[in-house]
Amino acid sequence: MDEDAGSMERIFNCGAGAIVTKSIGLEPREGYPNPTVIELEHGILNAMGLPNPGIGEFGDELKKLKKSKIPIIGSIFGANSKEFVELAKKMQSYGADALELNMSCPHAKGYGLEIGSDTELVRKITSKVKEATEIPVFVKISPNLMNIADIAKSAEKGNADGIVAINTVKAMKIDLELKMPVLANKIGGYSGKAIKPIGVRCVYDIYKNVNIPVIGVGGITTGEDALEYIMAGASAIQIGSAIYYRNLDAFKKICDEIEIWMRDHGYKNISELVGVAHT
Amino acid sequence: MNYPKVTKMIEGKKENSDVKTLLFEYPEKTHSGQFFMIWIPGVDEIPMSVSYITKNVKGITFRKVGDATKALFNLKEGDKIGIRGPYGNGFKFNGKKILFVGGGTGIAMMVSAVEQATKKNISATVILGAKSKKELFFEDRIKKCGAEVHITTDDGSQGHKGFATDLAEKLISKNKYDLVLTCGPEIMMKKLFEICGNIPFQASLERYMKCGIGICGQCTVGKGLRVCEEGPVFDGKTLKNIEDFGVFKRDAAGRKIRF
Repeated sequence: MDEDAGSMERIFNCGAGAIVTKSIGLEPREGYPNPTVIELEHGILNAMGLPNPGIGEFGDELKKLKKSKIPIIGSIFGANSKEFVELAKKMQSYGADALELNMSCPHAKGYGLEIGSDTELVRKITSKVKEATEIPVFVKISPNLMNIADIAKSAEKGNADGIVAINTVKAMKIDLELKMPVLANKIGGYSGKAIKPIGVRCVYDIYKNVNIPVIGVGGITTGEDALEYIMAGASAIQIGSAIYYRNLDAFKKICDEIEIWMRDHGYKNISELVGVAHT
Repeated sequence: MNYPKVTKMIEGKKENSDVKTLLFEYPEKTHSGQFFMIWIPGVDEIPMSVSYITKNVKGITFRKVGDATKALFNLKEGDKIGIRGPYGNGFKFNGKKILFVGGGTGIAMMVSAVEQATKKNISATVILGAKSKKELFFEDRIKKCGAEVHITTDDGSQGHKGFATDLAEKLISKNKYDLVLTCGPEIMMKKLFEICGNIPFQASLERYMKCGIGICGQCTVGKGLRVCEEGPVFDGKTLKNIEDFGVFKRDAAGRKIRF
């Protein structure tokens, strides 16, 4: 979802506090041929290939949303700092309230993880975007790295306002009958329930190593899942695959479950729980 | 689980020079108006409405227009394809006297809807519209249903000369229908919707799809309605608020393409 104004508005009305847009690049991209998404036993495997209408046409969608006062985090992907800066400036001018730099898509050649695994590039791109814009900048990083804490620190050095972790986990599914990978791109990113422990560990490590807020994402399906991320150090969470497991009102259900847990355990303010697992 | 079931194509039947029906074993309960995601290994995975429904065997009917449908067209009996679904809501036969309007390849799913409806003793009037006689198909199947059938062709090579909507307008002015169901080119469906006024209406929309399970957002229309989940069949009340209807669709990149 979140490629057009209508779906962003609908998701917001389902209880999300803010919307992260589909990742947008400079030019229109059709993404990979199908199959692009399949369900597996414990999660969802996808290789969409960063489909998007390009920043120009996407601007029309965002402008339509401006009246609605929905907080928008514009997700962007570029091949280098110049592209990121151009996209960031445009997103800001269309009214985005914050930016998310996608440096973690695991299956798009020349983008995402290919940039987000280089500490110096991450620092440079983040700092260039920061210099060129006035809205908060978050950097979304990948779990498919040995040095995830170093990457997070590089983003912090580049003056990022927050770290988003994690993006999908690089994965593959082979069909036994056809003896071939199911996804047209062969390799995809795994999301959903199965990756939650991976995400929680990453958020825990990042929280320990940086002094900026962490946004937790990866397999959050229930309020309890969200609380686990919060205790690991997340100040906010993102939800994607749970839409599949619990339909669009997943946002409201998860918020309600967090509130019930807090009431049962005597907590009034969620910030009291951020990072408590570290003490 | 929404994972493609690999199955063998058991029969292929050419309906005319460009249209073919493929049958495969697939015991999932399926209602007319629903669709499958059909995986042609190594080529593509595309949504296809069900056109043939029995307990164990289901079928799809399509015109060869792109790489995926060309590959499907050339499939031989025994070749493997992957199938997931059925997805979407399907038609709801609310009424005793229903007008069915199928245009172009939309005839494929419309005929299976008429078959299901007439089995429930619904009085069915059917308009099948095509560009010419050459492009028509399923006349044999529709005749067996006991429905009142009207054919229109743009060039007059068979049946009434003119558009399906012209004939629909005439029939609607003379008869009282409880419901109008349609599938076909969106411009035709939009015109029909306008003709229908206050008559209950359901139309099956076609949009480019990727996931088929409501998460990717590729097929949304209006205020975030997912054609794969809340559709593909939408009723008149919903269509009234879908600004896209009859105006634009989106390509794989999400760009608007005007009809």
